Amino acid sequence: MRLERRTETPLALVLSAPLVAVAIALALSGLLIAIAGANPFQAYYEMVKGAFGSRLSISETLTRTTPLVLTGLAAAVAFRSRLWNIGGEGQFYVGALCAAWLGHSIASVLPAAFAIPVIMVAGMIAGALLLLGPVILRIRFGVDEVVTTLLLNFIVLLFVSMMIEGPLKDPLAFGWPQSVAVNNDVMLPKLLSRSRLHIGLLIAITAAIIIFVVQSRTVFGVKSRAAGLNAAAASFAGISLGGTLLVVACISGALAGLAGAIEVTGLKGYVTLDLSPGYGYSGIVVAMLAGLNPLGVVATALFVAIVFVGADSMSRAMGVPSFIADVIVSISLLTMLVCLLFTTYRVRR
Amino acid sequence: MTGQPVLELTGITKRFGALVANDDISLSLNQGELLALLGENGAGKTTLMNILFGHYTADSGEVRAFGEVLPPGRPSAAIEAGIGMVHQHFTLAGNLSVLDNVMIGTEGLGLFTSARRSARRKLAELAERFGLEVDPDAMISDLSVGERQRVEILKALYRDARVLILDEPTAVLTRIEADKLFDTLRTMTETGLSLIFISHKLHEVMAASSRVVILRGGKVVAERNTADTDRAELAELMVGRRVVRPQRQDQRAGDTVFSARNVSVMQGDRTLLDDVSFEVRSGEILGIIGVSGNGQATLGKLTCGLAEATEGDLTFDGRTARSFTPRDLVESAAGRIPEDRNTEGAIGEMAVWENSVLERISEPRFNRRGFVDRKACRDYAAELIRRFDIRGATPDTGTRLLSGGNMQKMILGRNLASAPRFIVANQPTRGLDEGAIAAVHTELLAAREVGAAILLISEDLDEVNALSDRIQAIVKGRLSAPVAASEADSRRIGLMMAGIWETDGEA
Repeated sequence: MRLERRTETPLALVLSAPLVAVAIALALSGLLIAIAGANPFQAYYEMVKGAFGSRLSISETLTRTTPLVLTGLAAAVAFRSRLWNIGGEGQFYVGALCAAWLGHSIASVLPAAFAIPVIMVAGMIAGALLLLGPVILRIRFGVDEVVTTLLLNFIVLLFVSMMIEGPLKDPLAFGWPQSVAVNNDVMLPKLLSRSRLHIGLLIAITAAIIIFVVQSRTVFGVKSRAAGLNAAAASFAGISLGGTLLVVACISGALAGLAGAIEVTGLKGYVTLDLSPGYGYSGIVVAMLAGLNPLGVVATALFVAIVFVGADSMSRAMGVPSFIADVIVSISLLTMLVCLLFTTYRVRR
Repeated sequence: MTGQPVLELTGITKRFGALVANDDISLSLNQGELLALLGENGAGKTTLMNILFGHYTADSGEVRAFGEVLPPGRPSAAIEAGIGMVHQHFTLAGNLSVLDNVMIGTEGLGLFTSARRSARRKLAELAERFGLEVDPDAMISDLSVGERQRVEILKALYRDARVLILDEPTAVLTRIEADKLFDTLRTMTETGLSLIFISHKLHEVMAASSRVVILRGGKVVAERNTADTDRAELAELMVGRRVVRPQRQDQRAGDTVFSARNVSVMQGDRTLLDDVSFEVRSGEILGIIGVSGNGQATLGKLTCGLAEATEGDLTFDGRTARSFTPRDLVESAAGRIPEDRNTEGAIGEMAVWENSVLERISEPRFNRRGFVDRKACRDYAAELIRRFDIRGATPDTGTRLLSGGNMQKMILGRNLASAPRFIVANQPTRGLDEGAIAAVHTELLAAREVGAAILLISEDLDEVNALSDRIQAIVKGRLSAPVAASEADSRRIGLMMAGIWETDGEA
């Protein structure tokens, strides 16, 4: 048995790859659920019910989807140009911290209609700046950005910890490590009353559409794709690799930073060290499951959100550890990588 | 001295989707024979050899080596049976030494000791016996293409190959290197090895082989003893019709379009180009001939806008500079045909239309306020396909699916479509078949006729002779003085390529 490269990949195969990957991941995780002593089918039923069973659970799932769409886009944009941005988590936090600070300080100076966009843009700039460092090091000295972006995540977390226990500490939080709170005026409007769902979801979906158009229709999209696919041919054609990479880095970092800013101004109102249950890392899974397609990211972000939200109620109903959500998402990444292999190669006996 | 069949292929058929790459092919190789497998690109030669070596599995048919049936799809079985393969694209690790590359895979992973000493001895012995000198401690990345090929052959011999298959062994070699290779191969057959070499070059098949099998469209169309045939017959059998390369007509050259003055290019303390001067005039082709690895790649990069002169300067389009960017060149109507169409010339994963416009995508005709005008791009690509006869392509075809010749026509087309004043053609026909070579030559000569200044960098003496008005040789990064084509006989060019030329005043 051996692998042969396909001459072309049928569209049906591209679309079915993530579905097959998820199905296999659920089957494998089902084994673990069975080992934990529950009926997998019932467990998955509880999971879906937990994610979609009520108005509240649907709104919770969509709330959870919002940051995942943005961090997923951040990874998808970068990966398409072979920029391995593993620092989504750090960029998320600097965006969040920036939003909390501005939301606290400028809300009294600026009208909300003006302050909200300023906060969003500031979060994006913060995320972009954080990624620029590693990318400049890569362009200039060939430093591997996988290492630098990954390690920056830990540095950023320590920095956030320092800020929320120091200069940005909320004096009203009874000593809890928690940042100052965003002024209520600059909190994002709700999308659905009596829920936590906010208009961040619409911003995220809009971002996905914009990225899709930029990638598929613009000159920059063609150039960045060329640079990712074949750097030698792209520079031969006069495309500046460094310049393209810098722009890609700005977009990617900005998306992750925006995710953090939205999470703060849409949902939590302040920054704590558990603001993100690994949105930056989950974004990588979301992007890979989507085959790096920006519109696909919306769908796969929803899937990951279902797993996370649903797993909580599954664990309550079935007594299965809720860590199973992380297992399902992680296995999905692995099975997706295998499925991607089969979209470019076929098996020959 | 040929004897028993050492290798027999019977009824090999292999399909890729709708394409029948090999259609019921049978052939045999005798002991001590040098068999040529002749055919154009896409005739199925490489597929057949990959089946033989176990890289592919045939849909039907069987392979016998020394009388034993080889299990399909297992290269390790082929190696054990004494079959060695030298691929067209080398399979060497650039960051390891020659010795390491030769030894790779021959030792168990669990061993703590490595038989490097005996391996070194065996390697030296093989190199000595077959005249394949190479420094066992040299890094692969420091070797020339010709030397790398020697390592590939040594690698096969080291594994005790008794049958050696060489896939287009001369595709990356000069005539001189190729002649040397064939001398080596003949020595090998004399010691009892049996060889198959895949080729589409008639002269080398005529010169080297003892028997030739001709493939066309996945079928064996003929088999000849080399002594009983001639080039014309082989050409017709291979192509299926007569192909004639175009002739260069005399014409007067105009003004200088592109020139280099005392250019040196250094990389660290290595001198890649050493005090090089040339000028290319309107309506002429300046041929740069040389053995591979003598600075052609750097010269190509320099003139294509990818390298900078450390000393000296270039003049083009009224500007004198150390370097031009690819963009400068494209905007000043320079056409650039890169040395390697797969890595630099085109992006396989992109569509033909994207590759057609890649260099010009920022121009207003394809770019509407940052958005790609897809219709304009597709129309442009369709025009190239029509005008330059790019077969098997639509604007939306994946470029990877084009044959080498058609990919080259696309690259040529996108450069020639806008009436360039200056053209760099770096190895423009490397690896192409007869039909495609004739097409490329015709296009280059047509561009010359309308006044383009063409810098032809080539390792193919026939090509340089046929196309060039003036010829300079490149040796170790230095250029000889130009010689008019009318004064250049093969002896003189041979001497020039060996680095012997009259240096005026300097010596």
